[in-house]
Amino acid sequence: MFAPDRSQYPARKADGTLDIDLASGKYLKLWQGPNHPGITGNMSVELTVCGDEVVEGRVHVGYLHRGFEKLMERRTFIQCFPIVCRICVPEPDFNEYCYAAAVEELAGIKSPERSDWIRTLILEMGRINSYMMYLGGQAGALGLGVIAQWTTYVRDLMLDRFEELTGARIYHMFILPGGVRDGLPEGFEKRMEETLREMESTMKDVYEVMFCNAVFKKRTVGVGYIDPALLEPYGVTGPNARAAGVAKDVRKDQPYLVYSELDFDPVIGHDSDIYTRADVRRRDVLMSIDLVRQILAKMPRSGPLMAPVPNVLHWKIPRGETYVRGECSRGEYGYYLVTDGSGYPRRVNVRGPSYTHAMALLERMIVNTNISDVASLMVSLHTYPPEIER
Amino acid sequence: MRELHSRLKQLFPLGELTEQRPDLTFVTVPQEHLRSVLLHLRDREGFTHLILLTAVDWIEEERFQLTYLLSDRLQQRTVGLRVMIQRDNATMQSIHDVWPTAATYQRELREMFGIAFPGSPRIDDEFILEGWNDIPPYRRDFDTLKYSEANYSDRPGRITHDPAEHMKQQLYPNGK
Repeated sequence: MFAPDRSQYPARKADGTLDIDLASGKYLKLWQGPNHPGITGNMSVELTVCGDEVVEGRVHVGYLHRGFEKLMERRTFIQCFPIVCRICVPEPDFNEYCYAAAVEELAGIKSPERSDWIRTLILEMGRINSYMMYLGGQAGALGLGVIAQWTTYVRDLMLDRFEELTGARIYHMFILPGGVRDGLPEGFEKRMEETLREMESTMKDVYEVMFCNAVFKKRTVGVGYIDPALLEPYGVTGPNARAAGVAKDVRKDQPYLVYSELDFDPVIGHDSDIYTRADVRRRDVLMSIDLVRQILAKMPRSGPLMAPVPNVLHWKIPRGETYVRGECSRGEYGYYLVTDGSGYPRRVNVRGPSYTHAMALLERMIVNTNISDVASLMVSLHTYPPEIER
Repeated sequence: MRELHSRLKQLFPLGELTEQRPDLTFVTVPQEHLRSVLLHLRDREGFTHLILLTAVDWIEEERFQLTYLLSDRLQQRTVGLRVMIQRDNATMQSIHDVWPTAATYQRELREMFGIAFPGSPRIDDEFILEGWNDIPPYRRDFDTLKYSEANYSDRPGRITHDPAEHMKQQLYPNGK
């Protein structure tokens, strides 16, 4: 029977931790981050390496903690609205949607149908942007710097559309409790179609240069495997789960907004390695482009955009609790909101998918990888540290 | 979801039930039965996904509410288990062996709310805060404003106006 040679690896102590004797000279501590080109944002990984192989990895977060959940307990419901989008920089719209939907549910407000369509449109546009940043990062982690320049260019075009629609490029602050701020501007559909065409053409180039690249394939196929049996114990959602062959997609499983009226099937892969995860996200971009076209074709052009909302300065919401979720580009994003009958939330808890992906899952996956693969492995989980710290 | 509740009720003493949405129910579970309810829901009822674990501080009732949100993707239902624990010397049994990812949530709760989870891996390692020696900051009795006034000073040259007085001065400079 095949017995792996464990002579290179440290023994375990009685409590299950590794017996690493740094004085022996066999092991070395290596610190990646918080400022490191292979790190996804403000977090760091403390690696213990033996030769060029990682034997233990510890994730350290806390460089970005701004205490949003605590800040919100001191603010009225409408004052929380401009704060929530800051929780996740590259894809802020999910915070706005989940917060708004949770407040509406507890306050007994129903958002108008037209605003639901515009919300869906914004969420899909944000998803495309987030994936564009990911594709650039994934290619960049393996030395393909040009991909990041192409995807940043098309992301910028999408930011122009955001600016047209919401008036802002990064933090849109457009989806507020009760509805959305405004309808589509004149000629928006035409300019959006031009952007989508440019994006499709760039995605074709990205496919040829990144996904058909021999070096990229060699360094990603079979690397960073997530066993499908780990998905549930580690709470893995989104493209990381879909690449392992499980069609976990909140948009399909528990449709919110107008997703039940759109025609799509969750994109899945089977090999569960870095390459498959990147490919699932690439195909997800193409699906989102199709969804944006469907939304623009089907959405109502007239009707109210805001439901009547009480005076926001004296808005009290009765005691209750709820959980609202959505499928963001990284997995299940959710808000757990508790109110106590006063004008302030009692507790807001943000469930970001990176919380489990970047902590428990990464610490497990990083063992036995090569130092040079750590960066691409981290990027392939698509983690955004602000969601961990909130 | 009512069927699930009645099935559970035959096995465990359950508390208050809140049907928030057709697919979302909250139910109160006694502290000592939490583990068996979680295992039952995970292994028999298909609630295999732990969405989140968090705490709510009901300071006026002298207790913490721990919320364990579980979901069953195939049947599209979510259940939130509420566990009320004492606020003084708050201690709760760890569930890191049921869901390994719970260890991270428990580390955060230990740091932010001061709830002890004996046996949870690396529970005393610093998670987000570094060198914190005040009361756990997410408790309701921790005053962020007072803390920042006591620990940080304003940049020199900064003037703070009373908003009402300042606007009056701006609008009616001659004191009319």
